[in-house]
Amino acid sequence: MKTLQELQEIRERTKAALVNRKVCGATEADAASESGAARTHVLVCGGTGCTSGNSKIIHDRLIEKLAERGLDKKIQVIMTGCFGLCSKGPIVVVYPDDSFYTHVKPEDVDAIVEEHLVGGKPVERLLHAEKDADGVFKSIVETDFYKSQKRIVLRNCGVIDPENIDEYLAYDGYKAYEKVASSMTPQQVIDEIKKSGLRGRGGAGFTTGLKWQFTHDAQGDEKYVVCNADEGDPGAFMDRSLLEGDPHAVIEAMMIAGYAVGATHGVIYVRAEYPIAVHRLEVAIKQAHEYGILGDNALGLGHKFDLELRLGAGAFVCGEETALLNSSEGKRGEPRQRPPFPAVKGLFGKPTLINNVETYGNITQIILNGADWFAKIGTEKSKGTKVFALGGKLENVGLVEIPMGTTLRTIVEDIGGGCPGGKKFKAAQTGGPSGGCIPASLIDTPIDYDSLMAIGSMMGSGGLIVMDEDNCMVDIAKFFLEFTVDESCGKCTPCRIGNKRLLEMLDKVTKGEATLEDIDKMEELCYYIKENSLCGLGQTAPNPVLSTLRYFRDEYEAHCNGKCPAGVCKALVSYKVDPAKCIGCTICAKNCPVNAISETADKAANGRPIHAIDPKKCIKCGVCASKCPKGAISK
Amino acid sequence: MKNINLKVNGVDVTVPEGTRILDAAIKAGFKIPTLCYMKDLCNESSCRVCVVEIKGNRKLMTACSTVVAEGMEVLTNTPKVRAARKITLELMLSNHHKECLSCVRSGKCELQDLSAEYGCDAKKYDGAMNSYDVDDCTEYLVRDNNKCILCRRCVAACNKVQTVGVIDANNRGFATKIASPFDRSLSEVPCVACGQCINVCPTGALCEKDGTKLVEKLLEDPKKTVVVGTAPSVRAALGEEFGYPIGTDTEGKMVAALKAMGFDKVFDVDMAADMTIMEEGTEFISRLNDPNAKLPMITSCSAGWIRFIEFNFPELLPNLSTCKSPQQMFGAIMKTYYAKKIGVDPKDLAVVTVMPCIAKKFELTRDDKNAAGVPDIDASITTRELARMIKNFGIDFKSLDPKTQFDDPIGKGSSAGLIFGATGGVMEAALRTVAETVTGEKLDNIDFKAVRGTKGIKEATLTLGGKQINICVASGLGNAREIMDDIKAGKSKYHFIEIMACPGGCVNGGGQPIVDSKTRNLVDVAKTRAKVLYKKDKKDVLRKSHENPVVKTLYDEYFEKPNSHVAHETLHTSYVARKKY
Repeated sequence: MKTLQELQEIRERTKAALVNRKVCGATEADAASESGAARTHVLVCGGTGCTSGNSKIIHDRLIEKLAERGLDKKIQVIMTGCFGLCSKGPIVVVYPDDSFYTHVKPEDVDAIVEEHLVGGKPVERLLHAEKDADGVFKSIVETDFYKSQKRIVLRNCGVIDPENIDEYLAYDGYKAYEKVASSMTPQQVIDEIKKSGLRGRGGAGFTTGLKWQFTHDAQGDEKYVVCNADEGDPGAFMDRSLLEGDPHAVIEAMMIAGYAVGATHGVIYVRAEYPIAVHRLEVAIKQAHEYGILGDNALGLGHKFDLELRLGAGAFVCGEETALLNSSEGKRGEPRQRPPFPAVKGLFGKPTLINNVETYGNITQIILNGADWFAKIGTEKSKGTKVFALGGKLENVGLVEIPMGTTLRTIVEDIGGGCPGGKKFKAAQTGGPSGGCIPASLIDTPIDYDSLMAIGSMMGSGGLIVMDEDNCMVDIAKFFLEFTVDESCGKCTPCRIGNKRLLEMLDKVTKGEATLEDIDKMEELCYYIKENSLCGLGQTAPNPVLSTLRYFRDEYEAHCNGKCPAGVCKALVSYKVDPAKCIGCTICAKNCPVNAISETADKAANGRPIHAIDPKKCIKCGVCASKCPKGAISK
Repeated sequence: MKNINLKVNGVDVTVPEGTRILDAAIKAGFKIPTLCYMKDLCNESSCRVCVVEIKGNRKLMTACSTVVAEGMEVLTNTPKVRAARKITLELMLSNHHKECLSCVRSGKCELQDLSAEYGCDAKKYDGAMNSYDVDDCTEYLVRDNNKCILCRRCVAACNKVQTVGVIDANNRGFATKIASPFDRSLSEVPCVACGQCINVCPTGALCEKDGTKLVEKLLEDPKKTVVVGTAPSVRAALGEEFGYPIGTDTEGKMVAALKAMGFDKVFDVDMAADMTIMEEGTEFISRLNDPNAKLPMITSCSAGWIRFIEFNFPELLPNLSTCKSPQQMFGAIMKTYYAKKIGVDPKDLAVVTVMPCIAKKFELTRDDKNAAGVPDIDASITTRELARMIKNFGIDFKSLDPKTQFDDPIGKGSSAGLIFGATGGVMEAALRTVAETVTGEKLDNIDFKAVRGTKGIKEATLTLGGKQINICVASGLGNAREIMDDIKAGKSKYHFIEIMACPGGCVNGGGQPIVDSKTRNLVDVAKTRAKVLYKKDKKDVLRKSHENPVVKTLYDEYFEKPNSHVAHETLHTSYVARKKY
């Protein structure tokens, strides 16, 4: 148990030591190190992506090597949360020199230690390739990927050691709670959140302050605050990254929410597939308990707040708030009919506030900097920033945080670096399987709740997947629908059977077996499912189909006529050998996994037999086309 | 309570706050179809057939769950609503084994009715179908998930009402099915055979294990003398299968039909119920006077209840009366006393019962149910099966003589035995006999109204021979569980408890005619059927078991006196502690 005074001392002490963890002059760095802190800080990304790229080994080896060289006091190595530029991972950043290493391998550690940390000369071959006009390697914040971003939610990710509460404290940690519990009434807190204009980041975009108000106003002997960390969209990892990088920010926000709505107990529902996030949350909760931040008398300010984790088994539907509540209660994860909303009847039938991880990520900053500061960021109806997990056909994929209102073009071209190989951008899918696609013609659409809704997509929780000219939009719709059919809980008829039938119809389209009438029937079924399903999963499941029908109907019609314009749908693709180009080298035949290629009686100019593909045997894997040295095989 | 004013299809209606649109619409005179919803049971909002438009709402809302609000304008019958309901039904049909012509539920299937009402195209959404093995491993129930539409009514009946909890949704998405843990058969889980799941199923996914073929075979066997006994509540419900309103007494026609079918004798199980009262009443008095005896004493008539206590409260088995149920007493009397009296080898005497119950199909297979060395009962069929047989035998039920009488010599039961069919009936019948036996005086008023009615738990206190006796009546196993938990916790103050597995008692048994959800919205089925029994009781001249001359004859000629040695051998039984898994 620490007093407020002691916490403040920890803040100041740690903050002084962390000066060296940003771009700073040598004098400042030396001054900081004189107080006992390490002069050099080596930050290794400990996000899930980099961890799977062996960043833990890199981290451990760095510590080992530095100890061997007797530098372990002068140089601090820490594992942070996600830096964001996942496609360039594993990432290592060295401060105060500001060296940004990408694609680091465990075997590169020796070079970094010997050449850079001992020798004082950065290892150029490992530095991120971007250079400024003067030919100097760019620091991480100067790169194209970072410079259009604005990091409010991710402010501590890639900066602090998430498993060290002192580092969180150093950046004004738990000051927002101190502020509300010592100087604001619950209603004042709610008013501040309302005034900020913050909307739910989980997908639907409901005004956060109103949700808090409803829970505050609801009658109940017990209330709960729940954090929805059941991020399940394919390709989305915003919430995971925040929990991995800055778990205390979420804990503090939940404490503030508990104070505001009158709850003393919080539950974080997080998926068990996020072991790093779970571990860091457990560490953070334990540390917060040790410091007396969580508990019967939180921060000694007279209010009780406690937290527990509930691990989800990975069902997408459990991200739907009422299904999440059922699952938290130990029941089958399937939704309840709303109303009543959780604010009135939630966890164990008690008034419950449920917010998404990223929503909570904004709270402390709104409290500390004021609602007006927050409301200045973003657009009129969508305030603040939004974190996106960029994926798909982009040079730079990873985690980005942008002010609301940033155009899709900025995300795709500036931050994402455009489609690889000079391919043409075709569409972007936002909102994951619940969202829709934005075609290239609408690339200047500002990313905010209402603009996306207007064009038939949705903000969603922040998955953003980019497609290029090689993607078949019917196939994309089928991919997402396959996901929702798989993830349907099976409770209501429209979702359980309707989406299954819709998928069967889409399958018919991709096989060229559908008629134009089938497309109409499909569309009718889409609208029916949207209007009749029990929960958000079902109600949004047809969105990928409807939006691709809206913008790419011609592709659907082409499939009905037996063609897949992008050449993706196997049933409609056939590989052929161009006899004029074939040189009879037999490479294709040797590589064909099903022996579908054999020689014909015809001879090439060099006298060798020309080869041909037996369409009955061909499984359309495309290996032959990729191996042919003469480009003689095509779709 | 506050009143709410709203419009349904333009009609003004005022309902109490908290009312659901469905009920407000009924009040305004509009019908809304339901498949998953069932009054006081299931409110899962899962089928989506009851959707309506609410002005100002983008999405369609479910009438079964949406609560009315002031000024709400509901439209229950717009083209959009009709189209949505039609697609919902067509989607259900696309994954439903449409064996309607041969389905046991044909004509009583809510899905079939609605599909016809909405003019559904059963093939519009043809696609992949689930295919499941039919679970027919138990003696009493068949589950065919190929016909299940996942309304979850059975789950609610099993979990919420009965707290038996052996079924729930397994798997997810299109593969979702209602099943037991680890996909075990119902024969491998602590299912108690109450059959309440069958009664609420809107389709033919659940039905009793067929016993009609066996009965036909017995009737065809020239060597067999075949007698049949009917349970008290069968006569109060059988008429529904032939178009009579709920609550019609068809005792005479039922007896006539059974005679027409070829049974050699048609007896009334009420007589055995009277014997139960004699045995159980005597047992109670002796327990009351024995300081070492286990109290409270709990009735043992309901076969589903016996399975429930055996699985869930084996430590309370000594509290159960050792009396066999009326069905088993009936069979035992037939195979011992009656066989001897008519000079037939018990092996050549077949005893069939018609019961409102599927647990009776299990009960007859229990050990210790063969007083004469052969099974007490050869076959037990439900009210529904009897109706099917009557139709199958080409009998015009409506034209049968309503005054037809049960056969002598032991056909006659008292109306104390008759009211066994309703919750509280056993208790009331027992009190009539016990009170007079203990006091030796005739009661002025034999109507024990405190134990009547369909309330789940009823209690009363009365003075018997100077002693205060606390009694309790519970129906529905959720209520029974509450009472048992109290006994276990040492908090029970009762001396005598009647328990029936089915809510409302046997009149609402798992073998009774199916009543669809729209009728259940308007009628309290158990109460209406029970009225038949109480009306008959009121008019009857013979209203106490111990005054039934048949009972006297049985004791004089065979059983000596209640709880005698021979009575114990023949009419009493024992129980087994069962492991749940």
